[in-house]
Amino acid sequence: MSQLVNDSVNESVNKSVNEPVSMKAFRQLEGIVAPMLIDNVDTDQIIPSREMKRVSKTGLGQGLFAGWRYTYDGGKKTGDNTNFVLNRPEYRAADILLSGKNFGCGSSREHAVWALKDYGFRVLIAESFGRIFRNNCARNGLLAIALPAETIAALEAQTRIDPEARRVLVDLEANVLRGPDGSTFAFEIAESDRHMLLNGLDYIDFTLRFEADIDRFVEADRLARPWAHR
Amino acid sequence: MSKTLFDKIWDSHVVKKLEDGSELVYLDRVFLHERTGSVALNSLAEAGRKVRNPAQVFATMDHIIDTFPGRGDTTLVPGGEAFIKTMRRTATEAGITLFDIGDARHGITHLISAEQGITLPGLIVACPDSHTCTLGALGAVGWGIGTSDCEHAIATETLRTGKPGQLRVRFDGRLGRGVTAKDMVLHLIARHSASGAAGLALEYAGPAVEALDMEARFTLCNMAVEFGAFTGLIAPDAKTLAYVESRPYAPGGDALEQARRAWRELRSDEGAVFDREIAIDCADIAPTVTWGTSPQDAVEVTGAVPALDRYPGGESRAEFLSTLDYMGLEPDQALLGLKLDAAFIGSCTNSRLSDLRAAARILDGNKVASGLRAVCTPGSQQVKQAAEAEGLDRVFLEAGFEWREPGCSLCFNAGGEGFGTGERVISSTNRNFRGRQGRGARTHLASPATVAASAVAGCIADVRAAQVRTASR
Repeated sequence: MSQLVNDSVNESVNKSVNEPVSMKAFRQLEGIVAPMLIDNVDTDQIIPSREMKRVSKTGLGQGLFAGWRYTYDGGKKTGDNTNFVLNRPEYRAADILLSGKNFGCGSSREHAVWALKDYGFRVLIAESFGRIFRNNCARNGLLAIALPAETIAALEAQTRIDPEARRVLVDLEANVLRGPDGSTFAFEIAESDRHMLLNGLDYIDFTLRFEADIDRFVEADRLARPWAHR
Repeated sequence: MSKTLFDKIWDSHVVKKLEDGSELVYLDRVFLHERTGSVALNSLAEAGRKVRNPAQVFATMDHIIDTFPGRGDTTLVPGGEAFIKTMRRTATEAGITLFDIGDARHGITHLISAEQGITLPGLIVACPDSHTCTLGALGAVGWGIGTSDCEHAIATETLRTGKPGQLRVRFDGRLGRGVTAKDMVLHLIARHSASGAAGLALEYAGPAVEALDMEARFTLCNMAVEFGAFTGLIAPDAKTLAYVESRPYAPGGDALEQARRAWRELRSDEGAVFDREIAIDCADIAPTVTWGTSPQDAVEVTGAVPALDRYPGGESRAEFLSTLDYMGLEPDQALLGLKLDAAFIGSCTNSRLSDLRAAARILDGNKVASGLRAVCTPGSQQVKQAAEAEGLDRVFLEAGFEWREPGCSLCFNAGGEGFGTGERVISSTNRNFRGRQGRGARTHLASPATVAASAVAGCIADVRAAQVRTASR
């Protein structure tokens, strides 16, 4: 579980399947890093389409990496695949996922982000991300950080032995990561995404800050284009 | 300063320019369907939010419902009934207008949005479906959005996005016999690639576009997204106004007078600057079919699969060979005479009354080839009723076509139905992607007339050589 390093991080990582995907302020998080250092993890792998049959964004954590995470017999789940990284005891409470190039490529399904969040991830670190997937992260309060391969390798090396004790600090206020050995790595994200995350604004809340502007626009437009309004 | 048609619509909808360079853009209409709309409305309610203006939000059922005669809420889509029932419940709770199955106004979202006069010239419309650009035929701006954007749209009446660059495509000259809007757009994409308009707002212009009737214009705009465009649109003219003015949700009285004045301004000014311009001579366009697994893999029907040293730009030799392996074709192979297993007429691209009439003229007095499965799904109840009033259903049925209820149907496994592995299908739809019409199914995109002529021949056929009964029925 994440250690609370700042009052504003009032997040206890909740692996419950019924918790709505909600937006909470993200300032700092010290968490366990799970390494998945492969390239091109596509959204079909993050959540296969057979796992997204619910009329809901919630409860999708169960389907996260379903093809890799469970064992199957003739298409039927038989149990956990104990070799899969997230099933290893030291990574069961991971908050931060570390991956390679082009994480989240492929289908635009937003379910990939909902599944990662519902499972309990708050931060993704990868060399690069699929474009639509990265937009979807920002809209759902998941922090996606792109870093060079050598930084990712360094973080992996620092956390490999005893990841629970060797946590990584993600500081969005300072735009810096701090490894367990004290080394720091600067990162950049889009300013609008950063603003939304720091203030716990979700995508809609962010726009509703301009609700008065919308009201004024609609009022004036109703006079200018009465035929267009209902 | 000279403005394009797109500038005029877009700029008049900007609520606010934001610091990060994006713009908050006002939406006039949002159209939902049961696959994404159900999730968006559910999620909005769970978050304790409301639809900001329910009067501007509409919904239909098309992506999951099946299209068998006598259908109800059951569908071959696993778990699909929950989407249908949730759409119905959440639409009622949110107070939005739902065109449910059984309603005489029901049909595919982009068809009924136009038929009902919900989308009008000059409006901005959004829908969680990539073919929302279809509505650009009315001189409106429409584009497809994801689930988060969909919630944002109905909660705020806006979207946050950047203004796209612009492209004008001029079609000059006149269309030859047997050549349709579908052939125009396939020709355009084949010549300039499936990413030729990547991210741009595309205005179709020129005498050949002005000469198209409204239904053909919907087809042309529908496939703008297959060209990679953000949206596609056509300046409204007298045909557009005549189409719009009688529609149930269109304005009347003084409001209509005001609207007409506004609509007459909706054209690109002389000297308006586009980021790119493309010109096509319609004399170069023949009835066109696709051979591969991208809409850019299109050639005239009398043509052939590219030779091994002339595969499409941007593709590697390995990709080309993999495409041919999937399609069961050889380099240089002629398309005329290629044996077919199935034919499909339907989808938001080509399922309107004029499409069905064009196909029926060829099917009348003919039968589909023995062993070939043929399905026709009218795009809306209004299209279906009008077709039946003309006796077109009898023509299709007597020729050996199935006559279905409206919905997205076999375009993409909607309703849980698909064609079989290795089955070769000629289809009036928009995407020939691998597996889209069923796992391993081989899709050839074409106009409804080419689909009908090919269904009768049992193989890919040239509609210009088809025997058409000319005597009136």
